[in-house]
Amino acid sequence: MSDKKPDAFGFETRMIHAGSQPEPITGARQTPIYQNTSYAFHDVDHAASLFNLQTFGFIYSRLTNPTVSVLEERIANLEDGRGGTCCASGHAAQMLTFFVFMEPGDGFICSNRLYGGSITQFGKTFKKFDWQATFVDMDDPARVRQALTPDCKAIFVESLANPGGVVSDLKALGDIAKEAGIPLIVDNTMATPYLCQPFDWGADIVVHSTTKFLSGNGTSTGGCVVDSGRFDWGQNDKFRSLSGPEPAYHGLSFYESFGDLAFTTHAHAVGLRDLGATMAPMNAFQTLLGIETLSLRMERHCTNAQRVAEFLEAHDAVAWVSYAGLASSPYHGLARTYLPKGAGSVFTFGVKGGYEAGVRLVEACNLFSHLANIGDTRSLVLHPASTTHRQLTDAQRTAAGAGPDVVRLSIGLETVEDLIADLDQALAQAAKS
Amino acid sequence: MTPPLTYSNAALLKILRSVKTIAMVGASTDWSRPSYFAMKYLQEKGYRVIPVNPAKAGQTLLGETIYGSLSEIPDAFDMVDIFRRSDAVPAIVEEACGLAPQKGIRVIWMQLGVVNHEAAARAEAAGMTVVMDRCPKIEFGRLHNELSWGGFNSRVISARRRKVRLP
Repeated sequence: MSDKKPDAFGFETRMIHAGSQPEPITGARQTPIYQNTSYAFHDVDHAASLFNLQTFGFIYSRLTNPTVSVLEERIANLEDGRGGTCCASGHAAQMLTFFVFMEPGDGFICSNRLYGGSITQFGKTFKKFDWQATFVDMDDPARVRQALTPDCKAIFVESLANPGGVVSDLKALGDIAKEAGIPLIVDNTMATPYLCQPFDWGADIVVHSTTKFLSGNGTSTGGCVVDSGRFDWGQNDKFRSLSGPEPAYHGLSFYESFGDLAFTTHAHAVGLRDLGATMAPMNAFQTLLGIETLSLRMERHCTNAQRVAEFLEAHDAVAWVSYAGLASSPYHGLARTYLPKGAGSVFTFGVKGGYEAGVRLVEACNLFSHLANIGDTRSLVLHPASTTHRQLTDAQRTAAGAGPDVVRLSIGLETVEDLIADLDQALAQAAKS
Repeated sequence: MTPPLTYSNAALLKILRSVKTIAMVGASTDWSRPSYFAMKYLQEKGYRVIPVNPAKAGQTLLGETIYGSLSEIPDAFDMVDIFRRSDAVPAIVEEACGLAPQKGIRVIWMQLGVVNHEAAARAEAAGMTVVMDRCPKIEFGRLHNELSWGGFNSRVISARRRKVRLP
């Protein structure tokens, strides 16, 4: 026995090396793109061992693929988790996560300030599986405790919410989940493992849209579920799909057979097998390239965002700025605890003059790209009321943090003075009626 | 709570590379049990695994005769892999200590979830290396990149090209 974490390396070393060693047959140093569907068996017994989950190896790329596996290990390592499961998008990652342990009639509690796409997936599409999402204001963790019911199987929250600059009190939520014997699931997309380490604060599972900062260049959609391996799925009878017999594998109990590997094994061998939302090898490769520079990009994303937010807060045409990196933010204290290296680079502000001014502003931007994504090297701007939230009523838009005056920014890696100058001229045009 | 057990990659590799024959106490004949998975995998990797299970003594499992106890095994073995409850470990370790000089036993390995500090101390005092709360199948796979194929975090960081033996 030796010290606490033998064979430990720093974050920057792991973002370049974790999961990726030289390919042993050829020596290829960069991760090869295994653009390939299926894998030869040595013999019938080898095939049987693979299908029975008795040995490690590849069968078919819907379940696992060697390029995707490298990305899975890379992200799992950066989150300090046990294993990762990559899939086609962040939405697929959320679907896959709940699919592992939810049964019809089960419910879960989630923040009412989640990214709007998650609210729609949980509140509408999940109902078709008879999964009930209860949306709660998590600024007061006591409300989460009040909302717990015997059918509640998880608590779901974003570490840093898109887009409103809301930071979750992960420690308090982790304590509640632990008491209730259910997992805390954290969407760490906006923060990335560089800014926030949810497992350090009591989270059990982390999900990502790898489309954003992890891939970083706006090239590839993808998602990932990381299991900490620390949740005891056998502590109560709530999680029968892991602790009970699995009919598709001759009554095997995943938790008994695979221990802390059970969740990730199930997510591949049952989840990806039957939901089929697999990540393409090329997307895994692009995302691996992105992660190699994650720390450098996040540092610059954060310093640029901080400068832009400070500029906007002091601007006469701006009504308010919601960025957790500003001392004026009610989430500034939580950000210092959970995101000590920076509060990310996505935030909202209010433009004076309401809806029309918001429309004029996005159309007047020259350097900011007007589109619906975040976490790109390019700076992005969106006026939710006229685009993503256009179908909603005024009241619904305001509740969703997408009121008529709200503008969302995702600050990129350009020269920050250029970004400030572009917003300055756009704000001047927005103020002209 | 006691701190989690930690073993360096180098220490585990040293064990896995030097051991040739493993006596597996608690080996099951049921294909869906974890011990069956581990025995089949370790055989595939070139280890000889001798199953020990008093309820099945005399039967054959994956080509090997099952013995009722360690002392009934006629051949030598380097390692004892224990698939039994933690409270069953002391008696097994006691038996192994008595047999160690004659059989060449050097390693006591307790499976995932199996921990017995007193028995570990006894085995170490008798000159044996002890691993607790780990699975040799998972550790072999982890240290030889196979666990990574399933998306798992092997915690192995290396820029060295691995040597591959061609058949």
